Amino acid sequence: MFAVQQLTHAYDGKTVLRVDDWRAEQGAQWLMLGPSGSGKTTLLHVLAGILRPASGQVRVADRDLMALSPAALDRFRGKSVGIVLQRLHLIDSLSVLSNLLLAQYMAGEAQNAARARDVLASLDLADKANAHPHELSHGQAQRVAVARAVVNKPKLLLADEPTSNLDDARCVQVLDLLLDQARACGATLVIATHDSRIKSRVPNHYELAVPHHEPQAVA
Amino acid sequence: MNLATISFAYLKARKLNTLLNILLLALGVATIVLLLLATTQLDQRMRRDAQGIDLVISAKGSPMQVILSSIYHLDVPTGNIPYKAALEISRHRAVRKAIPLALGDAYKGARIVGTTHDYLAHYSAKFAAGRRWEKPLEVVIGAEVAARTGLKLGAKFHGSHGLGEAGEAHEEHPYVVVGILERSGSVLDRLVVCSVESVWAMHASHLDIKDISDIANAMKEEEKEYTALLIQYSSPIAAAILPRYVNNNSAMQAASPAYETARLFSIIGVGVDVLRGFALVLVFSAGLSVFIALYNALNERRYDLAIMRTLGARPATLMALLLFEGLLLALIGGVLGIALGHVLTEVLGHALKAAQQVSVTGWVWVPAEWWVLALATGVGVIAALIPAWRAYRTDIAGTLARG
Repeated sequence: MFAVQQLTHAYDGKTVLRVDDWRAEQGAQWLMLGPSGSGKTTLLHVLAGILRPASGQVRVADRDLMALSPAALDRFRGKSVGIVLQRLHLIDSLSVLSNLLLAQYMAGEAQNAARARDVLASLDLADKANAHPHELSHGQAQRVAVARAVVNKPKLLLADEPTSNLDDARCVQVLDLLLDQARACGATLVIATHDSRIKSRVPNHYELAVPHHEPQAVA
Repeated sequence: MNLATISFAYLKARKLNTLLNILLLALGVATIVLLLLATTQLDQRMRRDAQGIDLVISAKGSPMQVILSSIYHLDVPTGNIPYKAALEISRHRAVRKAIPLALGDAYKGARIVGTTHDYLAHYSAKFAAGRRWEKPLEVVIGAEVAARTGLKLGAKFHGSHGLGEAGEAHEEHPYVVVGILERSGSVLDRLVVCSVESVWAMHASHLDIKDISDIANAMKEEEKEYTALLIQYSSPIAAAILPRYVNNNSAMQAASPAYETARLFSIIGVGVDVLRGFALVLVFSAGLSVFIALYNALNERRYDLAIMRTLGARPATLMALLLFEGLLLALIGGVLGIALGHVLTEVLGHALKAAQQVSVTGWVWVPAEWWVLALATGVGVIAALIPAWRAYRTDIAGTLARG
C-alpha cells in the first residue's frame, strides 16, 4: 500500500529523519514507534503528502509522491489521506457538521451531508452536528477529528499521538475507535506514538531511531 | 459549503471586528455619496436655472449678488434700473431676447416676480391648472408655493413688502391666482409670477392712480423701473460687445451667470473638497482596518489554513478565501454606505426645503455611484491582497509541526 525507501529529511543541515525501508499492505495496521526526536511527526507528514523529504522514494496508494506536481499532491491528500493531528485543529468558526463538509469541499468531493451525518452517528456524535468545536469535551472533539479524517473514505489513515495524556480507559476507547474506523473504510492505519500501553493491540510495529548526525562538509 | 459560506462563517465568528470594518467603510462611502448626490443636483439645478441666460443687467453692486437675486432668487437685489435705459438695452442689436424682472414683494417667503410671458416660456413652464395672467394682479404660482401655502385657483392674497416672511402688507390690492404650474425642478417652483404692471401697481399708491388695469399707460416713463433684465445674446460676438457697452455707457452693470456660477462653485468647491478628502480618509482607514483585521486573523487562523491545505485545498483556494472575505466586507460596507448616503441626502433635502433653498432629494441614482461601489470593493480587495498572499504561501508541515 505504501513503501518508503532510503528516505532522509533535514532541517538546517541537520538530519531529522532516516528510513531505510518500510512497506505496508492495504488495510494493515501499524504503530510507528520511537523516542521523541526520531522524526515520527515528520514521517507522518511525508506519508500524508504534506512534506516533501530531502531524498528517498515514497510511494503511497500506487503514487510516487516525489514525482507528483503540487496540484496533484493536493488532490492526493484530499482524496486518499485522512489525518488525526495530535492537537486536533478543528475549525472553531464552523460547526461540527461543517468541519466534515469542509473536508469534502476542500478535497474536491461532492458534498454529501448524509455521509457526514452517518460518520458522526457511527462515532456517537449525531446530536453534536450543529455544535461548535469549543462546546465539545476533549473526547468529543477527538472523535470529530477522527470523523473528519475518515469522511472521504481515505486509503491511508494517519494519527499522531492520539492516546497521549489519556487515562487507560480512554486510551483503549480511542484506539478501538481508530481501528474500527480504519477497518470500516478499508484504510491502512498508521499510529505514531510513544505510548507503550497500546503496543499489544496493534500487530505491526515500525521502530524509528534518532538519526545520528553525520559531520557536515565544510565548504 | 463554498468560499462564500466559509468567509461568512469567519466574519460571523468575529462580529465586533466585522461590524467596525463595515461601519467605517459605510460611513466613508455614505459621505462620498452624499456629496455626489448633493453637488450633482445643485449643479444640475443651477445650470438649468441659468440656461439660455447669457447676461443679467441690473443696478450696480456685487455681480454675484445680482446673479443670486435675479436668476436663483436667493439674495436681495442690488437696486432698480430705469425703464427707459432698460428698453434701450433690449433694443441693442447684440440682444436676441430680453426678459424684464421687477422684484420687491413676497408672499409667505415666496418671491413675487413681475415679468413677461417670455419668462414662463424660457423655463418651458407647463400648467397643472389654470392659465397665464392677462391683467394686472393676476398671478401664476409655482408647484412648491402651491403645495406649501395651499393657494388654489381663484384664491386671493396680499403680498408683503420686502422679500422675507414679515414685511408690511400691501392691503389695498389683493392678487388673484389664475394659474398653477407643474413641478419642473426649476426656480419657477418656488416663485409667484405675474406681469411687471402688477408689481408697479403695488408700489404706485403715491402716484394717485385710480384704475390699475391701465397702469402701464397711466404711469409716466420716468416712474417705471425694472429690477433686472435677463439677456440672451443674438450672436457669440455679443459677449465681447454688450457687457462693455453696458458697463461703460450707463449707470447699470452687466453680470455673467456662467462666470459667477463658476465662481460660486469654486467657493463651494473648497468645502466640498475638504469633505471629500475627509470621506476618502474614512474609506482609506476602513481599508487599513480591514487589512489589519485580516492580517491578525491570519495569525489566529494559521492552523485553520494549514488544516485546509491538509484536507486537499490548493494554495489558490486559500488565497481566494481571504480575497473573498475582503470583498464581502467591502461589498456589505459599500452597499450599506450607498443606502445610508441616499437617506442622509434625503434628510438634507428636507432640511433645505424647510429653509426654502434649492431642492435636493435622496431618491435619485447617479451613475458615478457605481464608481463609489467599485472604489469600496477595490479597497476591500487591495486590503486583502497581502493576507491572501501569505495564505497562499502557508507552510503546512512547518505550521503543524509548531502546533
